[in-house]
Amino acid sequence: MKQWRIEVYNKAGFPDVQGASVLTDIKEFGITAVEAVQFARVYLIEADFDKDFADRLAKELLADPVCEEYYIGRSGAPAGLAKATLMEVHLKSGVTDPVAQSVTSAMNDMGIKPDSVRTARKYVLLGELNSKQIDTIARKILANDCIEVCVVGNDTEPPSPHIKPYELNLVHLPIRELDEQGLLRLSKQKDLFLNAVEMKTIQDYFKQIGREPTDIELESLAQTWSEHCVHKTLKSKVDMDLDGQHIQFNNLLKETVFKATKDLNKPWCISVFADNAGVIDFDDESAVCFKVETHNHPSALDPYGGAATGIGGVIRDPMGTGMGARPIANTDIFCFGDPNMKLEDVPKGVLHPRRIMKGVVAGVRDYGNRMGIPTVNGAIYFDDRYIANPLVFCGNIGIMDKNKCFKHQQAGNLVIVVGGRTGRDGIHGATFSSGEMTHEHETIFSHAVQIGNAITEKKMLDVLVQANEHGLYEAITDCGAGGLSSAVGEMGQDLGAEVDLDKVPLKYAGLNYTEIWISEAQERMVIAVKPENLDAIMKIFADENVEATVIGTFTGDKKLKLRYKGTVVGELDMEFLHDGVPKYSRKAVWNSSCVSRLAVAETATAAAGTAAAKPHDNYNDELLSILGSYNVASKEWVIRQYDHEVQGASVIKPLTGVSNDGPGDAAVIRPKYDSDRGVAISCGMNPCYGDINPYWMALSGIDEAIRNLVCVGAKTDRIALLDNFCWGDCTKPETLGTLVRAAQACYDGAIAFDAPFISGKDSLNNEFRRDDGTRISIPSTLLVSAISLVDDVSKCVTMDAKKPGNLLFIVGETKNELGGSHYSSLDNKYQGEVPKVDLKMAPKIARKVAEAIANGLVVSCHDCSEGGLAVALAEMAFAGGLGIEADLRGLPKNKDCDRTDAQLFSESNSRYIVEVEPKNYNSFAKLMLNLPFGQIAKVTGAQTLIIRDQNGKKVVNAEIKLLKQAWQKTFDW
Amino acid sequence: MSQIRAIVLRAAGINCDLETQHAFELAGAEADRVHINRIIEDKSLLDGYQILVVPGGFSYGDDVAAGKILANQIKHHLYEQVRKFIDAGKLVLGICNGFQVLVKTGILPFPDTSGQAVTVTYNDSNKFEDRWVYLAPVTERCVFIEKGRQIYLPIAHGEGKVVTKDQPTLEKLQSGGFVAFKYVDENGNEGGYPVNPNGSMASIAGLTDSTGRVLGLMPHPERHVRFTQHPRWTRLQAQDTSHKSQDAPSTSSGQADGITIFNNAVKYAGANL
Repeated sequence: MKQWRIEVYNKAGFPDVQGASVLTDIKEFGITAVEAVQFARVYLIEADFDKDFADRLAKELLADPVCEEYYIGRSGAPAGLAKATLMEVHLKSGVTDPVAQSVTSAMNDMGIKPDSVRTARKYVLLGELNSKQIDTIARKILANDCIEVCVVGNDTEPPSPHIKPYELNLVHLPIRELDEQGLLRLSKQKDLFLNAVEMKTIQDYFKQIGREPTDIELESLAQTWSEHCVHKTLKSKVDMDLDGQHIQFNNLLKETVFKATKDLNKPWCISVFADNAGVIDFDDESAVCFKVETHNHPSALDPYGGAATGIGGVIRDPMGTGMGARPIANTDIFCFGDPNMKLEDVPKGVLHPRRIMKGVVAGVRDYGNRMGIPTVNGAIYFDDRYIANPLVFCGNIGIMDKNKCFKHQQAGNLVIVVGGRTGRDGIHGATFSSGEMTHEHETIFSHAVQIGNAITEKKMLDVLVQANEHGLYEAITDCGAGGLSSAVGEMGQDLGAEVDLDKVPLKYAGLNYTEIWISEAQERMVIAVKPENLDAIMKIFADENVEATVIGTFTGDKKLKLRYKGTVVGELDMEFLHDGVPKYSRKAVWNSSCVSRLAVAETATAAAGTAAAKPHDNYNDELLSILGSYNVASKEWVIRQYDHEVQGASVIKPLTGVSNDGPGDAAVIRPKYDSDRGVAISCGMNPCYGDINPYWMALSGIDEAIRNLVCVGAKTDRIALLDNFCWGDCTKPETLGTLVRAAQACYDGAIAFDAPFISGKDSLNNEFRRDDGTRISIPSTLLVSAISLVDDVSKCVTMDAKKPGNLLFIVGETKNELGGSHYSSLDNKYQGEVPKVDLKMAPKIARKVAEAIANGLVVSCHDCSEGGLAVALAEMAFAGGLGIEADLRGLPKNKDCDRTDAQLFSESNSRYIVEVEPKNYNSFAKLMLNLPFGQIAKVTGAQTLIIRDQNGKKVVNAEIKLLKQAWQKTFDW
Repeated sequence: MSQIRAIVLRAAGINCDLETQHAFELAGAEADRVHINRIIEDKSLLDGYQILVVPGGFSYGDDVAAGKILANQIKHHLYEQVRKFIDAGKLVLGICNGFQVLVKTGILPFPDTSGQAVTVTYNDSNKFEDRWVYLAPVTERCVFIEKGRQIYLPIAHGEGKVVTKDQPTLEKLQSGGFVAFKYVDENGNEGGYPVNPNGSMASIAGLTDSTGRVLGLMPHPERHVRFTQHPRWTRLQAQDTSHKSQDAPSTSSGQADGITIFNNAVKYAGANL
């Protein structure tokens, strides 16, 4: 078999945009010696064909006839350029190469069946480079060690694609005789992440059944019992010392977040905390479901692949909910370290925040866009403590038939795996993401990173929708964390299942039976099919080239039996697998007096007069700084890279206003072509407040998510919430104490707003151990996602100021709550109290504002969040391209809020700025009766934002052009 | 007028098929979404349709280059059928990825001895972008286009830059009436980024062929078939409260901008086929 090498370059005269963007990245890393970068795609093809066909292949398929040229063989550095460095990035063997798959099928179309196709990226760097710089470029810019290898120079050969086949070798791991030390050693050696109690429980089980476990049995238990899959901490028994008082939870989640849902008992909640996503009513025929997942650890190692498979994975959740939903929208929320951090300040074993951010955005972009699902809502937060543990939250909303919201697998159904093939990618993802990260993770856990191929998932979605329409399967779930072990294990929980692991189609040879069982290779779903439907369903799959394979049967004997080529390699009782995990008891502590003392002390310092805190005459500079701060600044650079309009359902887009670039509060889509009913989606998150008070942080998140929904015109009686807890090490009582407080807040908030939680997920142990042993823990971070309905999308409103002469009202009271605010972060002081939520007043305000919008009295609405009133007014003004003249004398405020800076920048919750036409003044005022509200501004035709203080003096006086520039320049990448 | 039927092509990675089908239905056609495998199996399938649409998406992941693998598949399995379809006086529409496919099969704008004289390549910005653009109609002969009407549509692509192999080709496109739409600003003037969002030569946003019955364009007309899809509909509404209903026009000159393309196609097919 001959190996062909075809390189494809840009033709002279056509810009080499990939080369240019690598050059930008190199310069961003401070390496100035590189003058130019030339990019080439490389195809390595093993096949029997001659030079003529190689030319034809290059000309017709691989190179663009207009703007590219090709070279057959290995081209050297361009003539006359002695200072050139050639670098080539290859995928490590076993890593999915989607381009190679497409080229293979295209060659089939041309009548040639290649033996193997691989692709690589080649870079020719011009400039005098030393070896250290070359190493930095290779490792930090061009290649990711986890999945790629970068070869330097022109003679090095890429790694061989060939892997030896696997011969069955049944491995037993004796544990019956081990002491506690021995059990822990075994857990660590095998990366099981099981603790002493769990290992002991497993030991007792095998003692009782009278044999030693096999490796696959231990692995199955480790996957199923992992924090990631079973949420041990949130379901544990907690003894809490709350301000000296002892309180106890038998199951934290059940008695807080989930209890609210149960107490509210909404008839429109169809399936909550049970399936892969929470399901609620949409209309008489349809339901919508929503799930938000995190993919933090993989994104830290491989930002692109980690984020891509994060979105890819969460899309499969609605696809695997009930009998399967059709995905209609994505959401993304990220937390990163400082993108402008100095390279030398980045801890060893950690990627630079800018690289993580660019990679994560690109990963979500490429996967979400390829799937044809609009990414409609998101947020990005920055804090130095996310440096080693970036947070990547990916959400997906699906629509489904209301009568297909539940599964009904039965004994005798066949177990079928559909979609992608199984490879070594993503092994131990569930267990690895349940532990802390260390500086060695990038080498040890590279196999835990999954590689996605969106088109495989899209093809699978296309056929599953058809199979569902024809009612050809009985149950469906996705292969997520834990791979087949979780998917088959969960689906067969009450039935039992037997699986022939050698039947599972593999990407390449060499996988042992355990790897097949626990691989988290992407784009796979498991379905249960009646034998009589097999032929019909397989035809649907085959018709569109989607692979599907019968790998076993659901039995009815409540056992999990695993075979490889006829040999039984594992056998476990389903009951032990799913219910055997020991119940935990944890300690938590929370002392609110410490917090209040901190708040008081800080306030005192502030009052004593630090520079920024001292009241002064003009706050233009503070306003500009907050507008340009990472958290507030425009995320247009990110948003535009996502297709937010595919499927043609978009109503309220993430960017809005006269120049289509203002910050929309929530997204609205209209998912059915024949109905004007809409779905509104939003989020809220305030990690800064959590340092001071996690209870109010959580309630602030809930209030913010709900405010965002209200601002676009969503219904307040159909709000459903999702929680995502990302915390540090919860074995520490202080850390768990903050989580308990946040969970309690979720209960209180859900009850107060009449808004049940329908789904949730936690990711704990977001800590990083440096090479010197010191640790970095993320700030306690609760993401609240919210979804509601809109009866008639044509009544929705946006946040941009609409017309000169209109009146601006603020509804909700402003308090002196600068703790954790962006204003106080200007001089790194978390002064004072964090924003609280008045649980009686907040829902009333939300309902009344929603009513005003539904009655058509409101032409724009924006909430006060980060940066407070001043930022909200600025955003409304520049989004609308209009001036605003505000007067703080109209501000409804608490009596402790007499300082001008607090009035401008306090981030008090439950506040809405509402634009009303003068003719509707009376109707609006009547509706707001008995609520704290006041007229604070007028929209003007002038291009300035003016805010007057209590004495009528102009304390903000800035051109909206300048405000917008400050807001836009931070991420003008 | 008999029922006009449009066939909306599906293939791995095509993802704008549902809304494209919907747009044709709004325009009064009957539209079916059909997988390319079915057409390759039974090439006579195309005979029952008057309009062939290659919708947007990422066919085969846009691996190698956008639209390339699907173009290769069409070239090797369906080229003759598509040519016959056009020669029979029928219509072909390629949107976004579909436009890239039509160009890379050589169907648009005209055959060339080297296979392709025009291509669609990476945006100058080297990134995917979703943004709204104004389009001015250029050619006089394309049956999909309402003459003189500037329209407003979203683009969503990373590879939308139209380039030609040489200057004479570009001149031929312009003088020969092959340019269907060009990117302009609100006032109808050409400009740099972001007016021309990808750096296309001569601001070309779409092309037609010598018959005027084939149209390919990067922007998405199917994403602007209703008032509430306009990015500033809440402003238009605020200024003119008469526009309350879903199907109200989004400009003063009639229907939502994107639907005109589908209406014109269906109207032409009804009158001529």
